[in-house]
Amino acid sequence: MLGEGILKGLAETARNFAGSFVSAERLTTVEYPEQRIAPIEATRDFPFLVYDGTDPEAGLRCVACQICEKECPPKCIYIVKSTDKKPDYVGKLQIYPARFDIDISVCMSCQICVEVCPFEAIKMDTAFELATTDRFGGLLYDKKELSKSNEHYHAIHPTEAAEVDARLAEEKAKGEAKAKAAAAAALAKAAAPAAATPVPKPAAPAATVPAVKPAEGERNRDR
Amino acid sequence: MIDKLDQVFVLLTQWVVGFLPAFLQPVAVVVIAVAAILVTFPGLFAICVLLERKGLGRMQNRIGPNRVGPFGLLQPVADGLKSLTKEDLVPLSADAAVHFLAPVFLVVVVFMGYAVLPVGRNMTLVNMDAGLLFYFAMGASTELSVFMAGWSSRNKYSLLGAMRAVAQMISYEVPLLMSSVAVVMITGSLSLNAIVDAQNVYTWGLPHWYIFTPWGFAGFVMFATAATAETNRSPFDLPEGESELVAGYFTEYSGFKFAEFFLGEYVGMLSISGLGATLFLGGWSAPLQVLGFVPSWIWFFGKVMLSMCVFIWLRGTLPRLRQDQLMNFAWKFVLPFTMLNLFVAAAWRFMGDGWLRWVVCSAVLVIAYVVMGRVGMRRKHFGPRSYRYAE
Repeated sequence: MLGEGILKGLAETARNFAGSFVSAERLTTVEYPEQRIAPIEATRDFPFLVYDGTDPEAGLRCVACQICEKECPPKCIYIVKSTDKKPDYVGKLQIYPARFDIDISVCMSCQICVEVCPFEAIKMDTAFELATTDRFGGLLYDKKELSKSNEHYHAIHPTEAAEVDARLAEEKAKGEAKAKAAAAAALAKAAAPAAATPVPKPAAPAATVPAVKPAEGERNRDR
Repeated sequence: MIDKLDQVFVLLTQWVVGFLPAFLQPVAVVVIAVAAILVTFPGLFAICVLLERKGLGRMQNRIGPNRVGPFGLLQPVADGLKSLTKEDLVPLSADAAVHFLAPVFLVVVVFMGYAVLPVGRNMTLVNMDAGLLFYFAMGASTELSVFMAGWSSRNKYSLLGAMRAVAQMISYEVPLLMSSVAVVMITGSLSLNAIVDAQNVYTWGLPHWYIFTPWGFAGFVMFATAATAETNRSPFDLPEGESELVAGYFTEYSGFKFAEFFLGEYVGMLSISGLGATLFLGGWSAPLQVLGFVPSWIWFFGKVMLSMCVFIWLRGTLPRLRQDQLMNFAWKFVLPFTMLNLFVAAAWRFMGDGWLRWVVCSAVLVIAYVVMGRVGMRRKHFGPRSYRYAE
């Protein structure tokens, strides 16, 4: 009959109206500034730079390779390479960013910078209350504002951070093993000529083989 | 004491007027009454806006505004301040004079309708013999204001909204009048005071409201439908359909002029609710004889606010109609049904007292409702369209 649907609809809205006063299930509104819910783990908004240890200058993982700067679709990253080198997390001397700026008014939170970074140096943050009264300077974050500790990363994305730590530890162990092997090879190389001096000609093949090895190890570690 | 409370506003006016010289007294009575109307109904408008925002929120399982003042009670004040302080923009190509006059005209015309509404016992501003006629004359003038706004804005959305509004308001004006004519036929008077007096009669403590008769109930449902369309309320809010026409005929209005349209819409709703209450719900009369001691104006405003709540409830429930559905519904269902209702009212009048007229009138109306709902509203299936292109 005509109007049946209207009555059903009216009953439904009446049920909603009454139900929202008695059932917490229906009224799902979180009254934000007073009430907060913990963000889900996959939350992301703007990138930050991860540093190890306690010193943001020394522990910064970024080596200013500028891949993120080139890949960034809205071009919100600006990097200036340093002229000198500092030891990185494996102890190798690396270039570091003298300047690292992200304009978060331009950033579109696409996470491409995180995906292309070979050093696990840039990650997505979850802080969202970033309103400021200065719309130019206040939204242009420099290296100091972007640097956040690995503990912070663990706090906001625990699963992802654990994976990253495991991967870095594995790489570090591999690097150390390679370095040890290279050192051993160098030692063998140093020992070999001393032993081979009395008989120069036949010892030549034995001397060339270990000489290749350190070079190979060096290349692996760069990758 | 009870009579004093019932007549408190009348006595207050007389007391104030008593201080003035005799020749000024008739003018002063009118001025005081007009001022009271101009204060009361915008006040109710503010309450209605808050009620609507909170009520709609609850119907959609939200909380609604709760930031301004305790429980968001000061929200209308904030809304008012906002619209007063906003810049008043007039498009360069608009017809400035008409653009300015449209909202003013709407508000004036809408308030004119209150002149004949009996708000309480002895509380009608102008006790006109043809009050109902005057009310409908004023109500129909709102169409002019809507079209003035749409045409003068020189904006395609405004114009489309205005065209829709005029088409819709003219279509529903007819059933609105037709459903009221049944009341006039039974009462034998166009005076709204006489209509209330005719309903203010009790049998076994129950009132003789027209809604408690078969023709009155049918008439009230049709009246409510047509009134919803007349005031451009959801589900008949095509003229302002935000999803299609920005804001319809008042797209180009901002600041206080926009607020005037908003005020006009709500005051119009309040006024047509008042008319509906007067025609079918016994105006200011009490729903039970034992409740007669409660002041009459409380009953009137209670009925008006109740129908406002129904308006809000409908808005929270129904989606917007399409233009052709709107027109079909008006011309193929509401209008024929109100015309049939005239015959039923006549039959009711001449069948005399007794149970027979109840059975006959109810049966005719129910059968007509079912059959017309089936036949008139049947969807026509024309099959897929085929096209033949020129070779």
